[in-house]
Amino acid sequence: MTDRLAGGAGSAAGVEVALPHPGAARAPARTRVLESERLLAAALLAPTVVLLGLFIAYPFVMGIWLALTDTSVGRPGRFVGLENFVRAWTDSIFQAAFRNTFVYTFWATVLKLSLGMWLALLLNRHFRGKRLVRASMLLPFIVPTVLSTFAWRWMFDPTFSVLNWTLYQLGLIGDRWWSLSPTKLPFLSDGTYALACAIVVNTWRGMPFFAITLLAGLQTINPDLHEAAALDGAGGWKRFWYVTWPLLKPVTLVVVVFSVIQTFADFQLIYVLTGGGPANSTHLLATYAYQVGVHSGLLGEGAAISLFMFPVLFAVVWLQLRYLRRLEGA
Amino acid sequence: MAQVLMKDLNKKYDEVHAVKDLNLHVRDKEFVVLVGPSGCGKSTTLRMIAGLEEITSGEIVIGDRVVNDLPPKDRDIAMVFQNYALYPHMTVYDNMAFGLRMRKYPKAEIDRRVREAAEILGIQDLLHRKPRQLSGGQRQRVAVGRAIVRHPQVFLFDEPLSNLDAKLRVQMRVELKRLHERLETTAIYVTHDQVEAMTLGDRVVVMRDGWVQQVGEPLELYARPANRFVAGFIGSPAMNFADVTVLEQGGALWIEHPGFRLRVPPDRAARLQPYRGQRVTFGIRPEDLRVATGADPQEYTFEAVVEVVEPLGPEMLLDVRVGPATLPLTMVVRVDPSVRVRVHEAVRLAVDPERMHFFDLRTEAAL
Amino acid sequence: MVIEQRWKRWVFFYIPLALFVVGTLFPFYWMLVTAVRPDAELYRSWRAPNNAPFWTLNPTLAHVRDLLAKTTFPRWLWNTFFIAVVSTAISLVCGLFAGYALARLRFPMAGALGTAIFVTYLVPPTLLFIPLADIIRNFQLGNTPWALILTYPTFLVPFCTWLLMGYFKTIPRELEECARIDGATRFGAMVRIIFPIAVPGILSAGIFAFTLSWNEFIYALVFLSSPERKTVPVGVVSELIRGDIYFWGQLMAGALLGSIPVALVYSFFVEYYVTGLTGSVKG
Repeated sequence: MTDRLAGGAGSAAGVEVALPHPGAARAPARTRVLESERLLAAALLAPTVVLLGLFIAYPFVMGIWLALTDTSVGRPGRFVGLENFVRAWTDSIFQAAFRNTFVYTFWATVLKLSLGMWLALLLNRHFRGKRLVRASMLLPFIVPTVLSTFAWRWMFDPTFSVLNWTLYQLGLIGDRWWSLSPTKLPFLSDGTYALACAIVVNTWRGMPFFAITLLAGLQTINPDLHEAAALDGAGGWKRFWYVTWPLLKPVTLVVVVFSVIQTFADFQLIYVLTGGGPANSTHLLATYAYQVGVHSGLLGEGAAISLFMFPVLFAVVWLQLRYLRRLEGA
Repeated sequence: MAQVLMKDLNKKYDEVHAVKDLNLHVRDKEFVVLVGPSGCGKSTTLRMIAGLEEITSGEIVIGDRVVNDLPPKDRDIAMVFQNYALYPHMTVYDNMAFGLRMRKYPKAEIDRRVREAAEILGIQDLLHRKPRQLSGGQRQRVAVGRAIVRHPQVFLFDEPLSNLDAKLRVQMRVELKRLHERLETTAIYVTHDQVEAMTLGDRVVVMRDGWVQQVGEPLELYARPANRFVAGFIGSPAMNFADVTVLEQGGALWIEHPGFRLRVPPDRAARLQPYRGQRVTFGIRPEDLRVATGADPQEYTFEAVVEVVEPLGPEMLLDVRVGPATLPLTMVVRVDPSVRVRVHEAVRLAVDPERMHFFDLRTEAAL
Repeated sequence: MVIEQRWKRWVFFYIPLALFVVGTLFPFYWMLVTAVRPDAELYRSWRAPNNAPFWTLNPTLAHVRDLLAKTTFPRWLWNTFFIAVVSTAISLVCGLFAGYALARLRFPMAGALGTAIFVTYLVPPTLLFIPLADIIRNFQLGNTPWALILTYPTFLVPFCTWLLMGYFKTIPRELEECARIDGATRFGAMVRIIFPIAVPGILSAGIFAFTLSWNEFIYALVFLSSPERKTVPVGVVSELIRGDIYFWGQLMAGALLGSIPVALVYSFFVEYYVTGLTGSVKG
C-alpha cells in the first residue's frame, strides 16, 4: 500500500488508527527553566549582568553625575554643570597630564609593537632551550607591575643607580671623548627624562604580551608560504613585508587596541616610578585624577579628569571594530 | 505501542521553510527511512522528533502522547549521530551507562544492560577504553550500544554510516538490519544514500525541499515512482529521461523525439490520451534497456551511438548518444558483460514496454 | 626552514635574542642581588671606587628576615592570595555560565549582550575608582577584602567569558544533544558533559585571572586603609617607605617575595597561560 504525496499536494495522512486524542504531556516547571533556552540563558547570564551592572554601569553613571557637581570628601555637592571640565581644561598640570598620556601611550605602543614583533620573529624558530626562553620572557608581564617598577626605580636612583655606573664604566658618561654627557643622567629628576624612563619601563613590561601573541599569530601562517616566497627570490625583509605582515594585521590590531587601552589608562607605573613628579611633570590622566580626587579630596574634579579618558578609549575601540569588520568583509 | 505520528508538521527558520506539512505514520516496530538530497528537511524532521528543534506548527505523537512540549529526555527515544557524539572524557562503559545513570537505575541493572548491549555489538573488550582509542567502526558500535541500553520506544538514526569507509558501511548496514530484526523496536533512519534507504527500510520516505515526495515500500518506489524526482533519485545508475511529444498515428499513441520514435504500450495509452500533441517526460531505467535482437518488435527499439564503455565486472554500462549531434541526448544502458560493442559504433537498443515511465512535463507527476 | 649563512645567524638571531633575554631578565636579577646585599654595600654611591654592583660577596638574609618579622608582609601575602583565589573562582563561574549561554544558546539580544560585555573594557578601573569608592563605602565594604573580591571580577569576567566562549565553540554540539536525549536537562548536559571537556580552557582562564588579580593596584590602594588588610602591591608601596627613606633592601626583598607566588603558579601552567593569553586575543 502506498501513500502518494507528490510535491505540493496536501496531506493524505494515511492515519489508520484513530487515537483517542492524548493529553499533551507537559514538563514540570523546574525542568522548564533548566530546559528552555531563553530562561536558562537568562539565568546563566544573570550573575554576570548583575555584577557588571552594579560595579561598572552604575559607577560609570555616578561618575558622570559626580563630575557635574562640586562634591568633595565629607561635603555633598551641588550641580555645577561643566565647571569641573572647564577648570581641568584650563589647568596647566592637567594639560601636561593630557599631553603626557598621549605621548606616553604613543611611544610605548610603537616600541612595544616593533620590539614585540622582532622578538616574535626570533622566537618563531626552533632552538634549544626555546621553551625556557619563551616562558621566562613573559616574566615582566606576570610579575606585579608595582613590584617590578620598584626594581626599575632603584635602578634609576640618582645616587645609587647601577645604570649610571655601567654607563660610566663604558665611558658614555664622563670626560672621555666619546662620552655623551659629562654628568650622570638625571633619570627621574628631569621631567622629560622621567617620562622617557616611564616609556622604557612600560615597554619592558608590555613587550612580552605583544611578542607572545604575535608569535601565536605567526605560527598559524603556513610555512609553505615563506618557502614559496624564498624560492621566488624574496629576501628576509621582503618576505616579512609581503607575506607575514598582511596575514598578521588582524591579530596585531587586536593586540594594539588592548594595549592602547591599558596604557592610556595606566596608573601603577607612574605612581610608583615618579608619583607624578618631579613637580607634577609626569602625571598621566589617571594619576592626576587620583591626586585631585583622593589626595585633595575633590571628588567632582577628580571624576571629571578621569572622564576625559573615555572619549579617547571609545574612539580607539570604535575604529578597531570598524577596521576589523572591513577586514573580515573584504 | 511505539508508533510515531507526525501531523501537519511544519518547521520555519526565519525565512526558510524547512519542513512543509509533513504527515507520516510510523507503525510500531517499523523501520522507516527518510531519504533525500541535502537540505530536503529530513534531518530537521528527525531533530523535531527528538526534541532538539522546536516545532513551528503541527503535532508529533510518540506512543500515545503528544510530545511537542516535552524535552528530549522525557520522550523515551534514543539517537545515533553521524559523528557518534561519544563523550570523550568517559570510558566506553560510562558512555553507555550515562543515560541509565541519569535516570537513576540501580547499579546492578545498569551493569547488566551495558554488558548485554556490548555483547550484541561485539564490543565487550572495549568497555574500559576511551573513545579516542577506538577506530571509526568501533566508535559507531558504541554509539549504537549507548542507544540500545536504554530500551527506548523509538530509535533515531541521523546518517550514522556517512563517516565510515565504503566497505565498513556495507558491513554495518547489514548489522543494523539484523539488529533491528532482533530488537524489534520502531526506528526512524535518515540518510542521503538511496542504497541504504532501499536496503534498510520497511518503508521509505523520499523528501525534497521540505515536501514529502512519496512514501512506500522500497520496491514500490522503484517500480512505481510517484513523480520524476523520485524516479530519478531511486536507483543507480539513475533513470534516463527525455522530453518527447505524444502523437497519434494509426490508432495508436507514439512518443517522438529527434532521436527515436517509440510506441506507447496499449495499457498505458489511456493515461496518455489527454496529452496528444503535447510534450511529456519519458523515463526508462538503464537496466530496462538492452541490445536489440531480431525478436524485439520494431516499435520498441531505436538507434544509438556508443560513446563510453564502462566494464564493471558483473555488468557493463554503456553511455550512448541518442539523436542528432546538434541536440544530443545521453542515456546509460546496463548490459550483460558478454555483449560486444565498440566505441563510436551504432547499436540498436530495445526498451522493455512494461517498464516505460511517463511524467507530466509541468507537474512532474507520474502518469 | 630557509637555510642561511652561519654569520648571519649569529648577527641576526643569537645576538639579538641574547640581548632580549638579558634586557628582560636583568631587573629581576637586580631585585635578587639587592635583596641579599648587606646595607653597607647597598648604600654606596655609584661613583665610589671598588664598586662591584653586579654581585655581592656577602649575601645576607637580613632583609628578608626583617621583612617577614617586623612588617605585616606575611599578612599581605595571605590577603593577596585569598583575594586572588576567591575573585578568580567567582569570575570563572560567571565566565563559564555566561560563555556557555553566549556560545550555545539562542535567545534574543544575544549579540547585544556579547557586545555589551566587550564594551565594559572601555571603562577601565582608573575611570571608575572615584565613584566606586563612594559606592563601596555605602555598601559598608570599605577596608574589607570583599570590596576587592566583588570588584575584581569586573575586569576578570569579560576576559573569562571570551576565552571560554571561544573554547566552547570548538566542542561539537552533538555532545550536548546526545546528553539531552540520554536524559540530561540542558543545564545538566552543560555541567556534566561540556564543563569537564572544557577543563583546559578553565585552567587557562583561571591562571590568567589569578595573575591579573595579583597585579591589581588602584582599587586595592583606594579601598583598603589599614595595614593588615593591604595586598602586597599596596603594602610594599605604602608601608615600606618610612618618611622619605626607602628601605631598598627590604623593598627589593618584598618585591621578590611578592612576585614569587605568581611566578611559581605561572611556571607550572605556562602552556595554559599562553593559551589563555592568545585565546583571548583571537576570540
